[in-house]
Amino acid sequence: MAEKNDSLFSKKNLQLVTGPLGKNNPITVQTLGICSALAITVKVEPAIVMSISVTIVVAFANLLASLIRKSIPDRIRIIVQLVIIATLVIIVDQILKAYAYGVSKQLSVFVGLIITNCILMGRLEAFALGNKPWPSFLDGIGNGLGYGIILVMVALIRELLGAGAITLPGIGEIKLIPESFYEFGYANNGLMILPPMALITLGIVIWVQKARNKEIIEHK
Amino acid sequence: MENLLNLFVKSIFIDNMVFAYFLGMCSYLAVSKTVKTSAGLGVAVIFVLAITVPIDYLLDKYVLKEGALVWLDDSFADLDLSFLSFIMFIAIIASMTQLVEMIVEKFAPALYSQLGIFLPLIAVNCAILGGSLFMQEREYGTLVEATVFGVGSGVGWFFSNSSFSCNQRENAIFRCTCTFKRSWNYIHHNRINGNCIYEFYGN
Repeated sequence: MAEKNDSLFSKKNLQLVTGPLGKNNPITVQTLGICSALAITVKVEPAIVMSISVTIVVAFANLLASLIRKSIPDRIRIIVQLVIIATLVIIVDQILKAYAYGVSKQLSVFVGLIITNCILMGRLEAFALGNKPWPSFLDGIGNGLGYGIILVMVALIRELLGAGAITLPGIGEIKLIPESFYEFGYANNGLMILPPMALITLGIVIWVQKARNKEIIEHK
Repeated sequence: MENLLNLFVKSIFIDNMVFAYFLGMCSYLAVSKTVKTSAGLGVAVIFVLAITVPIDYLLDKYVLKEGALVWLDDSFADLDLSFLSFIMFIAIIASMTQLVEMIVEKFAPALYSQLGIFLPLIAVNCAILGGSLFMQEREYGTLVEATVFGVGSGVGWFFSNSSFSCNQRENAIFRCTCTFKRSWNYIHHNRINGNCIYEFYGN
């Protein structure tokens, strides 16, 4: 990132946002942040709120860490990073408690656990400490959105098959399985709500992505 | 006493950190290739959880909760510092991990070299912070209860991690493929040598 004439939305910078959405996805390819991705994908609404929170935290943490990257002593950088992340998470948590109390109760400890989400530490260590603020910010946005896409995808599959209806924030419940199906004996699959199906659904998502994109298959 | 035993068993088997809440999944997937490393990390997790959960409990009770600072002065009765709990908990965990690392290095160099990189990694293991946050959310009544919960969740993490690593390579898949190969060779061999299996079952 040495070029001085790099414009704000040059091709290289846009690559930072679009890369993590696809072939450099934090969850499916980099395997970061699996814990929260599995735990809160029972319903779509908390998944959306969680991905927005993570995007905001990772983007601003990247920005802040990148701004002070030259003055952080190497030996205590982990603690400095943790303090930056924890401060941002507290702000997000307070905002959620004030404006979306129901969702914040559903997410329970997982908002706090954004602090230990590997995406944050991983991106700070791997990108923000070696790059300028603006590219770091974009990298944070891209990784947050890449995380969100997988989260919402898994949550959609699980809520659709598990509950038969999808609840979206601001719109309410949408019944996607018609009543006539139930009359024929279709039943909601209770297994989809249980934790193991999160792993299996995520596994299928990774499988489909790797089958479509041969570049990201790791060779041993 | 019964209550404590109940809590201990519950935090190991029912509220298992890995299987019920997916906490500590990253290191769980990363180190469970061999039994040795996963058991080492498991022991370290038990150790750190057993120290940090009680400390965070005391911190929550005497500093962070609403009106917790009354022991200092009566005018603090309305003060609510609970919004600071994330940053305080993570600071405690990070410094405790550092301390544990130094103590282990000084007094048990063999264990230290075995655990190696896993000890500092515990600071960002979500099972540890999750333990403290669950302790806060579920409002355990006494210090003993909080300690029992911390140890129990650590033991649960240890069990799930080492059992998974036992299954992963050494036993299930390996033995499965071996059995498959052996039986395939057997069938194949016998087919060439004139349908021994058929004769065997025929008799």
